[in-house]
Amino acid sequence: MSDAALLEVDGLTVDYLTSEGAIRAVSDVSLRVGPGEFLGIVGESGCGKSTLLFAIAQLLTPPAAITAGSVDFKGHDMVTLSGRALRELRWRDFSVVMQSAMNALNPVLTIEAQFADVMRAHGMGDRVAIRKRSEEVLELVGIDPVHLDSYPHQLSGGMRQRSMIAMAMVFTPDLVIMDEPTSALDVVAQRSLMVQVKELQRQFGFAIVFVTHDMSLVSHFSDRLIVMYAGQVAEAGPTRRVFDQPLHPYSQGLLEAFPSVRGPRRELLGIPGSPPDLAKLPPGCAFQPRCGQAMPACTTVDPELYQIDETAVRCLRHQPAEVAHV
Amino acid sequence: MSERLLEAGPLLETHALTRHFRIGNALSRKTLHAVDDVDLKIGRREIVALVGESGSGKSTVARLLAMVYRPTSGQIVFEGRSIDTLRRRADVLAYRRAVPMVFQDPFSSLNPSYPISHGLLRTIALHRPELHRARRRQAAVEVLEQVGLVPGETVLDRYPHELSGGQRQRVGFAQALAMRPKLIVADEPVSMLDVSIRIGLLNLMATLRAEAGVSILYITHDIASARYVSDRIAVMYAGHIVEIGPTESVLADPRHPYTQLLLDAVPDPRAPLGVSSDSDIGEPPRVVDPEPGCRFRWRCPVAIDRCATVDPILATVGPGQEAACHVAQQAVASGDRGPR
Amino acid sequence: MTLHLAVDRPPADDLPVLVGRRGYRSTLLSAVLSNRKATVGAVLTLIFTVVAIVPSLIAPDDPNAEVFNRFLGASRHHLLGTTAYGQDIFSQVIWGTRQSMLIAALVGVLSTVLSVLIGVSSAYLGGVADDVLSVITDVFLVIPTFPLVIVLAAYERNGGLWMIVAVLVVTGWSYGARQLRSQTMSLRNRDFLESARVRGERSLYIIVREVLPTMTSLIVANFLGAALYAVLAAAGLQFVGLGDVNTVSWGSMLYWAQNNEALQTGQYLWALVPGICIALLGAALALLNYAFDEISNPALRPQRRIRVRRRAA
Repeated sequence: MSDAALLEVDGLTVDYLTSEGAIRAVSDVSLRVGPGEFLGIVGESGCGKSTLLFAIAQLLTPPAAITAGSVDFKGHDMVTLSGRALRELRWRDFSVVMQSAMNALNPVLTIEAQFADVMRAHGMGDRVAIRKRSEEVLELVGIDPVHLDSYPHQLSGGMRQRSMIAMAMVFTPDLVIMDEPTSALDVVAQRSLMVQVKELQRQFGFAIVFVTHDMSLVSHFSDRLIVMYAGQVAEAGPTRRVFDQPLHPYSQGLLEAFPSVRGPRRELLGIPGSPPDLAKLPPGCAFQPRCGQAMPACTTVDPELYQIDETAVRCLRHQPAEVAHV
Repeated sequence: MSERLLEAGPLLETHALTRHFRIGNALSRKTLHAVDDVDLKIGRREIVALVGESGSGKSTVARLLAMVYRPTSGQIVFEGRSIDTLRRRADVLAYRRAVPMVFQDPFSSLNPSYPISHGLLRTIALHRPELHRARRRQAAVEVLEQVGLVPGETVLDRYPHELSGGQRQRVGFAQALAMRPKLIVADEPVSMLDVSIRIGLLNLMATLRAEAGVSILYITHDIASARYVSDRIAVMYAGHIVEIGPTESVLADPRHPYTQLLLDAVPDPRAPLGVSSDSDIGEPPRVVDPEPGCRFRWRCPVAIDRCATVDPILATVGPGQEAACHVAQQAVASGDRGPR
Repeated sequence: MTLHLAVDRPPADDLPVLVGRRGYRSTLLSAVLSNRKATVGAVLTLIFTVVAIVPSLIAPDDPNAEVFNRFLGASRHHLLGTTAYGQDIFSQVIWGTRQSMLIAALVGVLSTVLSVLIGVSSAYLGGVADDVLSVITDVFLVIPTFPLVIVLAAYERNGGLWMIVAVLVVTGWSYGARQLRSQTMSLRNRDFLESARVRGERSLYIIVREVLPTMTSLIVANFLGAALYAVLAAAGLQFVGLGDVNTVSWGSMLYWAQNNEALQTGQYLWALVPGICIALLGAALALLNYAFDEISNPALRPQRRIRVRRRAA
C-alpha cells in the first residue's frame, strides 16, 4: 500500500442515538485512499455506505454521531477538527458531490450565481476571477460556458449533475467524495459521466471515493472496491480481483444478480431475503440468514476481516487456519 | 416462436398510437409529442419489453394502455375490439380487469393509511363480484402467496410501511393478479429496488407468465433486465418505436444506431475493461414541436441526408425484426445485410 | 396518518429505519400522552367539555336568576361573587361554557366540512371546476373577516346561536379550503391514487376513501383552528352586543360587565373571569393544534424519537 495515504479511516463507527438505544449504522470500517486513487464503495440500502461517506466528510447531524475510530485526511484528524479549520479544508482540499445533486441546485439562482456563492464562501472574492474559473470548470465537464446564465430547470438532468461535479472541481481538490452521482441518470448519460469523471481524474490527479449501489458501474472505473453489508466491510480489494474472484458470499450473490446483455442467457437467483434491520441484527454473521454457504459457526461467531493476499473478507469460510477463534 | 403467438391473434395491438400534450402558456403554445405513431403487438402468454430512456414516451404508452390518458389519435385494439368504443362502465371495467398496471414507486403505490388488505379487497370486490365476502379474503391470501408473500394472512394485516420495497412491489403484482388479468402493464417495476431484489421480481414475472398464463408489457430503461425476462423487445426513442423484434435477435444484431448505443452503454461487470471514448453524453431527445426527419439524427453516428428530411418508419430488417432507420433499411435493400 | 406525512418522497439511501409496528390508533393516544403540549391541551379541553355537557352537576343554581344580593365578593355561597344584577357569577361561568363549546364545535365541524368539500374537490377535479371553486375560495379569503362578521351580525338583529355560527362558518372556511387544496394537489399524482383510478374506482370514492384518510391530521388541525377562531370571534361578537345578550355566555357576561363598568367599580371577578375562561379554552385548542403539528410532522419534533428511513430493499 502507499506510504502517504491521502485519506485514512481507522475503525470508524457511527451510531444513530435513538430513544430506544443506539443503532449502529457503520461498524469498525477502515480504509485508505492514496493520492489519485479511485475507491468504489458498493452496497445496497441500509448497508451504511452513505452514512460512512457523511462521516468522512464530517457532515453527520444528530442523532447520528461518530462513536469510535478516526478519519485522517492529509494529516488532519477530521473528527476533532474545529469548525473553522474544517471550513478551510472543505472545498479546497476535498469536496463532495451529493446524491441527486441535480436537485441540490437552487432553482431560483443561475448557475453562475451558485458557483459564485461557493467560491466566495471559500475565499475567492474577485468577480472576474470567479467568472473565469466558472467557465473553466464548466468546459472541463463538457458544458458550454454559455449555460452559466441558465437556470437549473433549463438544463437536463445530466447537465445539472455535471455542473455539480464542476462545482466540486473549482479549487482542484485532492479528494472528491461522490455519493451516487449517477443514480438519477439514464444509462447513456451515466456512462458518459463516468468516462468524464475518469478523464478528469487522469488530468488532475485527484482521488475519488465513489459510493454507489450499482456494482457494475464502478467495475470499469475504480482501482479498489469495498463491498459493504449491514454497516460493515464485507469484502475489500483491487476491483478486478473482487469481480473475478469474489470471496464473500454476498459479493458473489451481488455479481450473480446482474443480468447480462452479452453472453448466454441463464436464470439468475439473486439473494433471497432482504437486507437486515440494523436495529435487529442476527447473532453471528450479519449475512448468515441469507447465505447459501453458511456453516453452523456462522450463527454464533462474528467474523472479523481476514486478509487474504490483497483482499480482505469478513467471512468465516476464509478464516486463516492459524488464527485461533473463541 | 413469437410469430406463432402473434398469429393466433394478438391480445393487444396499437395502430398509430399517438399522444400529444400541450405545454407552455398562452403566449407560447407548444406541443409535446410524447408518443407518436406507435404500432405495438402483444400476444398471449408473452412478455414484451419496452425499453427507452426518460423522455422516450414509454411511460406514456403504459398509461395509454391502462386508460389513464386518451390517445390524441390512433387506436388500441384489445382482443379485436377498439377500446375507444368502450362507453358503458361495465365495458370499461371489463377492460381494466384484463389490463391492470403495476407502478414503479414502492413508496407511493400503496395508500399508507390502510393495511395491505384494503387495495386487494377493493380490487376483488370491483372485479370479481361473483365472490361473496367470505371468499374475498381468501382470494386475497391466495394471490399474495402466489407472488411469494407467505403467509398471506399475516401480510394482509400489515401496513405498507411495515413491508420492504421489494415486498410492496410484490403486493402491486398481487393486486394486478387478483383480477385474473390477461395483460399486466408493468411500468418500471424494479427500477427503484435494490439490485439483489430485482432478480426476485423479474423471476416472479416469468413465473406468472408461465403459471398464470398472463402477458406482461415490461417497461424499463434497463436493457439488461429487459433481455433477461422478455421474449420480444421494443426500443423507444423520442416517442417512436425505433426497433422491435425477438429479444435475442435484436440484442445480438441491433440494426438501429440507438439500440447499439444503449447496448454499448450498459456496464457489464463480467465484460472485459473497454472504455471507449464516447462522444454521446446522453442528451434527452427533442420532442417539443419536433421537426420532420429522424429524431435521433443529432446523436447518430451514421446519419445520412435523408435522415434530416424524411421520418423513418418501421420496416423489416431481419426475421421478425423491424427498425425505423433509413440507413438500416437501405442496407437491407442493397443486400448488404439481408434477412437471414 | 402520523407515521406517513413525513414520507413525501423516496427517502435518502441508506439511513437506518425504525419500523413502528403499532397501528394508527394507539400511536395517536401515546403521541398525545407523550407530548406535553398535547396533554395539557387535551386535559383542559376535556374539562371544558364535561362542564359544557353537565353544568347542572357543578353549578345547580339558575345562572339567570337575579335573586341574590348584588355586588357580593367571593364567598362560600358564591364562589365568584355576584353581578350587579344579583346573579351568581360562578353559575354564569359554568353555564356559559356551553355556549362557547357549542359554538366552537359547530363552527369547527361545519367549517371543516365546507373546507374539505371545496378544497379537496377543487384540487382533485382540476380543470374548470378547480378554477371556479378557487375563485370562490379566494373571494371569501380576501374579504376582511371581522368587519364582515360585524356587518352580518348587526344585520341579523335577532342574534342567536345559529346566527353566530352561520356568520363564523361563512367567514372562516376559506383558509382551510386553501390548505386542503394545496395538500390534495401535492397528493394528486401519488401512485396509489393512480392505482385506484386504473382499477376503475369512481372519483367520489377516491376522494373520500383514498385521499381524505391520508389527510386526517390536516383535517383535524383545520377543525382545531376553526374552533379556536370561533371561540375568540364569538366572544368578540357577544361582547359588542351582537349576540343574544340575554343568553348566558362568556361573551355576554363581558358585555354586561362592561355595561356596568365592572372593572372601574371594583367588580374584578365579573370582568376578568369570563375573559380568563375564553383565554384558557383558546389556549387549550391552540396547544392541541401545535401538538398535532408536531405529531404529524416529525421534522418539528424535539429530537427525541428518531424515525429515519431507507431506500427500498
